[in-house]
Formats: sequence, structure tokens, C-alpha cells
Amino acid sequence: MARLTGSDLTLAYEQRVVASSLNVEIPDESFTVIIGPNACGKSTLLRALARMLRPKTGAVHLDGSVITSLPSKEVARRLGLLPQTSIVPDGITVADLVARGRYPHQRLMRQWSKADEVAVASAMAATDVTSLSERIVDELSGGQRQRVWLAMALAQETPILLLDEPTTYLDISHQIEVLDLCADLHEQGRTMVAVLHDLNQACRYATHLIVMRDGVLVAEGEPAAVMTPDLVEQVFDLRCEIIADPQSGTPLIVPEARRRARTPVAH
Amino acid sequence: MTAPPLAGTAKTEPSAATRGRSAVLAAGLLAALGLLVLVALLSVALGARSVPLSTVLTAFTAPDGSSDHTVIRELRVPRTILGLGVGAALGLAGALMQSLTRNPLADPGLLGINQGAALGATIAIGLLGLTNPAVYVWFAFAGAALASALAYALGSAARSGASPVRLALAGVALGMVFTAVSSAILRMDSQAFDRMRFWLTGSLAAQTSDVIIRLVPFMAVGIALGLLLAKPLNALALGEEAGRALGVAVGRTRVLTAVAVTLLCGAATAGAGPLWFVGLAVPHAVRAVVGPDQRWLLPYAAVLAPVLLLGADIVGRVIATPGEVQVGIMCAVVGAPVFILLARRRRLAAL
Repeated sequence: MARLTGSDLTLAYEQRVVASSLNVEIPDESFTVIIGPNACGKSTLLRALARMLRPKTGAVHLDGSVITSLPSKEVARRLGLLPQTSIVPDGITVADLVARGRYPHQRLMRQWSKADEVAVASAMAATDVTSLSERIVDELSGGQRQRVWLAMALAQETPILLLDEPTTYLDISHQIEVLDLCADLHEQGRTMVAVLHDLNQACRYATHLIVMRDGVLVAEGEPAAVMTPDLVEQVFDLRCEIIADPQSGTPLIVPEARRRARTPVAH
Repeated sequence: MTAPPLAGTAKTEPSAATRGRSAVLAAGLLAALGLLVLVALLSVALGARSVPLSTVLTAFTAPDGSSDHTVIRELRVPRTILGLGVGAALGLAGALMQSLTRNPLADPGLLGINQGAALGATIAIGLLGLTNPAVYVWFAFAGAALASALAYALGSAARSGASPVRLALAGVALGMVFTAVSSAILRMDSQAFDRMRFWLTGSLAAQTSDVIIRLVPFMAVGIALGLLLAKPLNALALGEEAGRALGVAVGRTRVLTAVAVTLLCGAATAGAGPLWFVGLAVPHAVRAVVGPDQRWLLPYAAVLAPVLLLGADIVGRVIATPGEVQVGIMCAVVGAPVFILLARRRRLAAL
């Protein structure tokens, strides 16, 4: 039994049901990536797994307990989430923002401890933001800022880390930088779960893929086993060819070219 | 249960800059406390009749029943204590409101709480003709509590729950209704207006020590509760989802903040009338200097707000001798230029 599972989930925003009878299991110590077309319910599923959304029916279990029945701080010591949108308090420094990740480890009156200090310093070192520690977060580039948010989530020291579209709004080199970092964190033994848009990146980094469409879990498993032209067409309505990624050997999706070549414009 | 160790050997010592900044902030808070003590002493010594500080001291160590000592012990000391409590309450309430609503322009008026307290007092004094502050204090409290409960209920009526924007909208609308009702009561009854005139401007002079003693517990509980909310409010400042992911009980934090603000504003408004400026300007100015960490911002606001309030009260007493200008007016007169200077010097800190 995996540490994080969802059984018979009905997920809905107010009256609009996004997914029903969803069963999902996040393999321990996997790098699980959830993919699917827009509005397929992938972020909704992630939010439910992170207890941000209470399922209408069914339950998310963490270590065998219904996640919403556990104390919130207790969950926050085992499972971290990097939401899609967060707010950077005006004028906050990198070190201060990362330090806020220690909240679930602190008590009402307890002062900043040595353990907090070590966790923050390690998180900043792992994400390579130590040299930025006194900078104002607002003034950083998008890639740097995302690394700072990751450091904040790392300072939380959770064995499971969920990331909701961590590469959105980043240019390609910063996307790779963030994903490489996630792969490092996975290799150190963390269970990582991410929602991604880019299929090729998903295939390259995931050890376990969850493919969704219209709130239904269409396929799951290793990228090489799951990713076929038929699946891509079924899920994304896209005809494609799949070749081996020349760098990693993982599936590389090449969308079919337009049938009619563009008529050259005469001058 | 623990996370695997991170790769790479991190330096575990806090950077010198971080440690240095904490030291500076701690020293600054001590200096602010020193300033507060000084202003409190001046508030006891200065006024229509100024008394040397040595006489102030002997009024406590060896009271001789002289008129100076009587003025100090029975008028100036209660007035100063009221100013300390009201100032700390409003400064802290304003800082809590700004953090809760993520709105840099929030003040205790934004949720309609001050207006609710004012309406309670207006009904008690104007409509029911109650003159004993120890009694109408409870009406002010009831008004403040009603306002915050209504604002919270209206603000969270939508299915997705209370959002900072909805809370503020509900509060502003309620505040306007309360103010309109208060005005109607006062306009209908000119005698009520006369009784209320002093109170409505905001004054520290009107209360006796037994009223102040009744207010102190509410302020003390409100201040303690407010200061304890610094950590969850810090986490919640990163956004509702980020806060919940960090383990903040969002609903409970919001309700406790509203309770603290209600206690603080109810007590302050009951004691000194509706004072608008302190709760807005002081936390704002403090944020510009100490940054967004609530663990520093809240205590700084609680210490510096009474400095402004007592300072304004002293100036109001000294410039109009033998009469006095009420503190509600002086606060804006003294505080506004400082506020404008700060606003010009750096952009208003957004939340």
C-alpha cells in the first residue's frame, strides 16, 4: 500500500463535477507526473491529494489515515505542496521566505531552533539560492524565484512533495533547471508528484506517468510502456509519431506535420 | 517519517546579515519601548499645568495631597494609561487587519468594526441617555462584535468561503450602514448630539479610572492573542493555498484574528471614541521600515502606535492651553505629514 492514495474520489468545484470514481495511487519514492489536456482535472487531482480540495465522495489517504482527519500541521510535516499561484510578501528576502517553510515544525512559543536553521540552509544550498539569501524576492528573475519557492517547500522537510505546474511561466532553460532539480530531489529519496504540460519533459523525468482525460484516469505506468501514438491521439486528439529521445532514450512525441504544405507566396 | 537529507553540505550557520538584521530589529524595538516610556512620562508631566518630572516621581513615591499630585494621580495617569492601551490596541488591530485582508489600506474601520462600536455607543448615549461609561462600554463592544460577525458572515456567504476581498467589501458596506444609522440618531436629537460631540471626535480625557480598569482586560487579551497570531499570519501571507499547505488552520486563524481585532477595537473605541488614523498609518509606516515579518511588525505597531497617540495628545494639550485640542484631531494633524513623507520616500508596501 502506497503512502499517498485516493480512492473512489468525486472531485467537484461547487456543483461542477470534475472527476468521479477516481482511484489513484502514488508509488512510494516515485517521480510521478500527471499529464492530460487542459481541464482534464489533473490540477484538481493534485489539489485533492494535497487536501486543498475536499472530495465530495471517497477519500485521500496518507499513511493509511484519511488525510482530512489528520491535524493540518501533522500533514504538513509529511507532505508539501508548491501551489500554482503563491503570493510574495512585499519586501521579503529570500532567506525569510525560505524560513517560512518551517512553520509546521514550529510551536506557538518555541523560538527558531538549530534544526530550523539547518533545514533552511540545506534547502537553500540544494536549490542553489544561498548566494541570493539577502536579496528581495520581488527583484529576482522568474527562474530564481521558482527555485526560492522550491527551497521554501524543501525547508518543510517532507518526504512527499507535490508541485502544481512548477515550470509554467518559465523559459525553456529555466524549465529544465527546475526539472533537473526535481529529479535530484527524487534521487535523494523523496516522492515527487508534479503536474506538467510538456509531454516530452514528462516522459523524460517521470518514473511513473498518470494520464488523464475528462476526469478519468486513462493510463498509468512507466513512460516507455504508457506512451503510444494511440494514447496520445485518444487523450490529446493529436496524431503523432513517437521516437526515442536521442539524449535520454525516453519517448519523444513528434506531432504529425500538416498534411498540405503551405503554398509558397509568389512575389 | 523524516525527509531524506539534502545533497551537498550546506553551511549551517545563519548568514551574518540575517543575524545582524535580527539584532538591529531587536535593538530598535527596545529603543521604541524606551521612547514609549519617555512619551508616557511626558504625558503625565505636561499639560495645561506642567509639572516638573521630579514632582511626577514624588506623586507616586510620596504623595502629599497637593493639587499637583492630585492632578497627576487622578487625571494624568489614568489618561496616560488609557492612551497607552488605546494606542497599542489600535496599532495592533490595524496591523492584524492589514495582514488578514492583505490590503495595505486596511484599518479597523475597514471591517466596519469601529463604526459598529460607535453605533453601539451612540445608541447607548444618544438614544438611551446612558451617561455612565462603565455601562455604555458594553454597547460599544456589542456593536464591534456584531459588526465583525456580520462582516464575516456576509463576506463568507459565497460558497467558496471568505476571501480577503469579500471580507473588505462586506466590511465597507456595513461600516457605511452603521455610520448612516449613527448619523440619523444624532441628527434627530440635538441633545444627544451635544452629549456625543466630545466622544465622536476621539478623546482620551473623558474616562475615569474605574472605566479604564474595565477596559484593560479586554485590551490585554486582545494584545496577547494578536501577538500570538504572528506565525500563522506569516504563513498565510504566502497565499491561502501555500498557507494551508504549510499546515495553517486557515479558518481558525481568520476567526481568531477577527476576535482579537474585535476585542482591541471595541475596547479602544469604547474608551476613546472612534480614532481613525492610528490604526492605518502606524502599521503602514512600520512595515516600510521593519519589512513584512509579522513577528516584528505586530510588536512594533503595538509599541509605536501609543507613541503617536500620546504624542498627539500631549501636543493637543500644550498648544491650546488652557483648553485642549482633542486627540482624534491631533493624531491626524501630527501623523498625516509623517505618513505623507513616508509615502513619498518609498512606494507604499503592498501585501
